[in-house]
Amino acid sequence: MISNLDYITLQQLWWIICSIVGSLFLFLTFVQGGQTLLWQVAKTDLEKSLVVTSLGRKWEMPFTTLVLFGGALFAAFPKFYATSFGGAYWVWILILFSFIIQAVSYEYRKKPNNLLGSRVYELFLFINGSIGVLLIGAAVGTFYTGSNFTLDLYNRVTWDYTLMGINLRGLEAAFSLFNLSLGIFLVFNARVLGALYLLNSIDFSSTRDLESRLRKSAWTSFIIALPFLLYVLISILFMKGFNADSEGIISLVSTKYLSNLLAMPYLFILLVAGIVLVLYGVLTSYFKKSKKGIWFSGLGTICVGLVVLCLPAFNNTAFYPSKLDLQSSLTIFNASSSKFTLTVMTYVALGIPIVLAYVIYVWKLMDSKKLTAAEITDEESY
Amino acid sequence: MVDIDLSMVNWARAQFALTAMYHWIFVPLTLGLSFLCAFFESIYVRTGDKQWRAITKFWMTLFGINFAIGVATGIILEFEFGTNWSNYSWIVGDIFGAPLAIEGIFAFFLEATFFAVMFFGWHRVSKGFHLFSTWMVAIGSNLSAVWILVANGWMQNPVGMIFNPETARFEMNSFSEVVFNPVAVSKFVHTSSSGFLFASLFVLTISCWYLIKGRHIQMAKKSIVVASVFGLLSSSFVAFTGDESAYEVAQKQPMKLAAIEGLYKGQTKAPIEAGILNHDKKPGDDQDPFIVKVKIPFLLSLLANRSLNSFVPGIDDLVYGNKEQNIEGVASKINKGKAAINDLALFKQARKEKNSQKADLALADFRKNQEYMGYGYLNTPEEAVPPVAIPYYAFHIMVTLGSFFPVLFAVFLFYAVKGSLTQQKWLLPIGLISGLLGLIAQQSGWVVAEVGRQPWAINGLLPVKMATTNLSAVNVQITFFMFLGLFTILLAAEITIMLKQISIGPEGGSLK
Ligand code: HDD
Ligand code: HEM
Ligand code: HEM
Repeated sequence: MISNLDYITLQQLWWIICSIVGSLFLFLTFVQGGQTLLWQVAKTDLEKSLVVTSLGRKWEMPFTTLVLFGGALFAAFPKFYATSFGGAYWVWILILFSFIIQAVSYEYRKKPNNLLGSRVYELFLFINGSIGVLLIGAAVGTFYTGSNFTLDLYNRVTWDYTLMGINLRGLEAAFSLFNLSLGIFLVFNARVLGALYLLNSIDFSSTRDLESRLRKSAWTSFIIALPFLLYVLISILFMKGFNADSEGIISLVSTKYLSNLLAMPYLFILLVAGIVLVLYGVLTSYFKKSKKGIWFSGLGTICVGLVVLCLPAFNNTAFYPSKLDLQSSLTIFNASSSKFTLTVMTYVALGIPIVLAYVIYVWKLMDSKKLTAAEITDEESY
Repeated sequence: MVDIDLSMVNWARAQFALTAMYHWIFVPLTLGLSFLCAFFESIYVRTGDKQWRAITKFWMTLFGINFAIGVATGIILEFEFGTNWSNYSWIVGDIFGAPLAIEGIFAFFLEATFFAVMFFGWHRVSKGFHLFSTWMVAIGSNLSAVWILVANGWMQNPVGMIFNPETARFEMNSFSEVVFNPVAVSKFVHTSSSGFLFASLFVLTISCWYLIKGRHIQMAKKSIVVASVFGLLSSSFVAFTGDESAYEVAQKQPMKLAAIEGLYKGQTKAPIEAGILNHDKKPGDDQDPFIVKVKIPFLLSLLANRSLNSFVPGIDDLVYGNKEQNIEGVASKINKGKAAINDLALFKQARKEKNSQKADLALADFRKNQEYMGYGYLNTPEEAVPPVAIPYYAFHIMVTLGSFFPVLFAVFLFYAVKGSLTQQKWLLPIGLISGLLGLIAQQSGWVVAEVGRQPWAINGLLPVKMATTNLSAVNVQITFFMFLGLFTILLAAEITIMLKQISIGPEGGSLK
């Protein structure tokens, strides 16, 4: 069956798969968001341990999903992988850096003789949750705002954006109001998710204050995130977009993304559903004292993420546009790997549901009991 | 074609070497210690003996400390292909990206998911499921080795693909050839067993320390028994698969073989010569490659080709050609390669002008020499020779240690079974440093594989200097030192934490 799929279908399918992985990552940034809440919501050592331990049981999920996102893009859209990582060098390096320091922090924070002291590891976690997520948002923003690269005949990337004589190699992405807003939105959305996740996973019978602080912080983070989301959405509707015609020639077209949204109404539905779900999760947690908010807001985040990633790629749009040379822009058709590779990878992808199934099974098994203070004093905590 | 900034190339090489070598401190321990933990826990579940539970938990703690930094150093490698080697990533992404993606989907998630159960599930899941999870972590980590080594094996011996002149890149045409690449297979068995070996040495080291200090004697003795059995088996297997690796190298990368053997003039019935290299020796001159040497007749022909009478080409034969043995010299390959590059450019130009007749002609010309294209980027025939001394010494260190480890484990096992380990005062210090020796062997192995592959990123097809990103060297220089600093701090933190955990010992105090 898969071997009968034509090239165009495969290319689109793989953009959808990559987008799903990317959106799952955005959901899983509840770990990153939770990390930024640590100092704010946890006042005592016990509370801190509860928060870190609860997050610590999940930290590998966003990390591994990010790795998978990179791998999937490498295999399915190698030209994007090469252009973006090689071109926007510094954005990616800083993102990676923030994940390196995250990976050791949970394991080392509370261990005796940990060289740096637990404060530093907590700072690492904070950096990962704030700067790391912010820069990821800025990088995604360039799908809309474009980047400063050109490709030569052999597709070698040249990056050209200098500030005071220094080639910024992608860091300039963080200077755009749009990219920055998307980044800030993601940071605060992650904080919302982080608070909702912690509400769901911890048994608060001995730490009532922590619970109310978490509810409050989910709410305030949401209030802060909202204007940035609105700004991003409104900008998207009115901004010029990068259209690819049937010959693959790229041109700037006004309100391109609005027309994409109208041409693909299911994306519009997904967007609305996503926002409603996020809202529902936050509101029920704040007003109804629900503990299930994470599932609604999480699913909502996935929906919004899918829209953000699919909107600039489908309907003949260049998803990685070049501001310097429109014709260097990448579309899912000129950036993908060969039909053969995509076919092989599609067979491989048939295994993904199995992976998802055991991830969910183990997650449920492990989270069926809430994390208690008693368990924290046991030896199996971070 | 494009200007090449050689200093960027060298910084990028240094950075890859740095990050990979850091990664490789922790990964082999993960590969082996995960299985050892699974063994320990299996014994615990079988016997229900609380002591085995404490032993399991003790080694798991060390496993966890090591695992975290293994993961931290891994993520950078995956993205480094894009950041520093973007031309490479673009040219071979179709083939090379696939195993990396598969590794992510199947191996890393398996590890990550069950890792959480292994560490936090003691009171949350059943005994049986916990054991199952520990095994899954072991299998998951070794699965990740499979896929990354498929990718690396492909760089050593590119198979299963064709060159597409339209896009000027390689495209996969057989997935099974890529996966069952003989180099990848021998790499996997050798590498994963070397991880088992290394972890056994690690357990030996720490247990010997306890024995020397007279602490946790019971745990140390029990651990040594398991580690010695596992170590004896895996070190024998390492030697066996190492021989297989050398055979594959001889078949697929004769230049690398010549370099690790210090062989300049090819011979039939070739002996193995080893000793101290003559550093003034250059390809093509008449000096003896060695200052001091010992010689074992026939052995090299046997090792390289499985036949006493076979011819083993030396560096000179490969560089300057050898008519009798029908070996083409590099100079002629360079000429063909330059012609191919030229024809490809003509083809591209014709395509741009939409002149299909001209394009077809250029393409036909290109096809004649296409397999030599990579050579067209070399400036001199001598550029095809890797720096001989580094892989040569690294190889000999690895083989010497590789012959020593099986003996070491056999001796330990002998005294452990006899029950007189603690009396062997001479043996314990050797056990104590064995972990370090294992690490040296590990790192040497990769130096053989990777430095011996120079100047190629993809053997015979793409020189390293053509694989990089168009980036000024200073960027890579800065990130090099960022990684050096960060990884060194993290390594130091890991070591101090580990030492502390070792001195704390297993939970519930000392097991006498
Ligand atoms: C404890 C570690 C260890 C030990 C004792 C040995 N090896 Fe090894 N060797 C490795 C660890 C290793 C490795 C780190 O796993 C390498 C690096 C690349 C690879 O595929 O495996 C390797 C590579 C490697 C290569 C290069 C493969 C390539 O270039 O693709 C050869 C020819 C050998 N080994 C041969 C041997 C022989 C004949 C040994 C004698 C007993 C031996 N090794 C012991
Ligand atoms: C983890 C174990 C590994 C170690 C210790 C290691 C070591 C090294 C070293 C020492 C170099 C520098 C060689 C030189 O420039 O002279 C190098 C280069 C490189 N290695 Fe490895 N390597 C490892 C695994 C891998 C794997 C699995 C891959 C591919 C999947 C790989 C791909 C590369 C690349 C792309 C370079 C840079 C280009 C080059 O110099 O050839 N390495 N590595
Ligand atoms: C140079 C190429 C390599 C790349 C790109 C790479 C990539 C990675 C990445 C991204 C991770 C983190 C995974 C996670 O999210 O959990 C990782 C960890 C790991 N890698 Fe590598 N790796 C390389 C070399 C190797 C080699 C040569 C092996 C084995 C033969 C290996 C085995 C592992 C294992 C077992 C882990 C699990 C964590 C740990 O090591 O403690 N890697 N690697």
